Amino acid sequence: MGDHYGFSLTTFSPSGKLMQIEYALNAVKNGQPSVGLKASDGVVLATENPSSPLYEEQAKIEKISKHIGCVYSGMGPDARLLVKRARKIAITYEDMYGEEISTTQLVTRLAAVMQEYTQSGGVRPFGVSLLIAGWDAEPGKPLLFQCDPSGAYFAWKATALGKNDTNAKTFLEKRFSETLELDDGVHTSLLTLRECFDVGMTEDNVEVAVCNSSGFHRLTKQQVKDHLGAL
Amino acid sequence: MSIMSYTGGTVLAMAGDDCVCIASDLRLGEQMNTVAVDQKKVHKISEKVYVGLCGFHSDAKTVLDKIMFRKNLYELRENRSIKPKVLATIISNLAYQHRFGSYFTEPLVAGLDPVSHKPYICAMDTIGNICTPEDFVAIGTGAEYLLGVSESFWRKGMNSEELFEATAQSMLSALERDAASGWGAVVYTITKDKVNIRTIKARMD
Repeated sequence: MGDHYGFSLTTFSPSGKLMQIEYALNAVKNGQPSVGLKASDGVVLATENPSSPLYEEQAKIEKISKHIGCVYSGMGPDARLLVKRARKIAITYEDMYGEEISTTQLVTRLAAVMQEYTQSGGVRPFGVSLLIAGWDAEPGKPLLFQCDPSGAYFAWKATALGKNDTNAKTFLEKRFSETLELDDGVHTSLLTLRECFDVGMTEDNVEVAVCNSSGFHRLTKQQVKDHLGAL
Repeated sequence: MSIMSYTGGTVLAMAGDDCVCIASDLRLGEQMNTVAVDQKKVHKISEKVYVGLCGFHSDAKTVLDKIMFRKNLYELRENRSIKPKVLATIISNLAYQHRFGSYFTEPLVAGLDPVSHKPYICAMDTIGNICTPEDFVAIGTGAEYLLGVSESFWRKGMNSEELFEATAQSMLSALERDAASGWGAVVYTITKDKVNIRTIKARMD
């Protein structure tokens, strides 16, 4: 981790900003769109996963623990490392306390990792923002969080990241309601994602996952196709 | 001379219907000498979670301090009360970390889940192996005496008064026979509304 750089590369500008973090946020802004929506009985995560006839399928939405999963916008490789770290955090917690980590605890610990990379020698901030969806067994409620390259984290009812995120968020402000159930949540998320799509949405270039009391799982191609058909 | 019986002491915990009882003797000794007659081995960790620590008194105190440290940090981070099961896991891991140089104390956890109010009791050996029977657990120099007598006094689904009687009577029997424990007993009856603390007089030796 930056052997010969004892000093941080992320330094303040005269205006009080950390430009490296601003640039990292740009990397996120230019990334593929992703959407997160908290329904009354679960959370939905959806993202564009562009495919071509030459690609082998590679999932973008990842499971962190039984009841927590995440999606990202920005640099894939950075996200991969964070997911790996998050999984270790989750399983270490379980080993220490004999019970599953709550979403909030995972988010605070992962955000602390991201912050570390803005104040350590010879490293750069992560070029991703993560949307973390989880279900807490006690008291039995869904949670949606965003983790930024700066290490800041936000709890959301619904949000979007990546390309065209402002359009998507405007759309969500109109279409989101707290009484939505999971199925309607998937529907609304896909409609929102469509706002950000340049090309046509099919079950091959869209990935959807839900998180509810029975855990975090990705929807199958067929399930996505059915939802798209109902749009 | 065994280090585990140097200072002496016994703790018993029993589980009832939505209540638990945890009791300890009050003797602190140095082998044959009695040094204190008011040293309880049961400690309040949080409102409904109590811990009993027998064995070598010095290690028991050290482990108690470490337990409080971990519990405070946990409650600050998580912003909720710790569950007895989670505390037991923490203590077990702490003990096993010292697998080859262990603390000479056997921990016992008794309490009610802060949310569901379900009773929980468990006991561990010095390296943290957790045992979670549904009826009762006993640790310390008088543990063997307690196990036999508790077997006959304990029934499933006792209410708090019945549970107190069973726990107190079992403790009294153990204190009669165990030379390293005695000088009375203190019994904590934990229910979802309150914690009743009663001191009972036994043979004062």
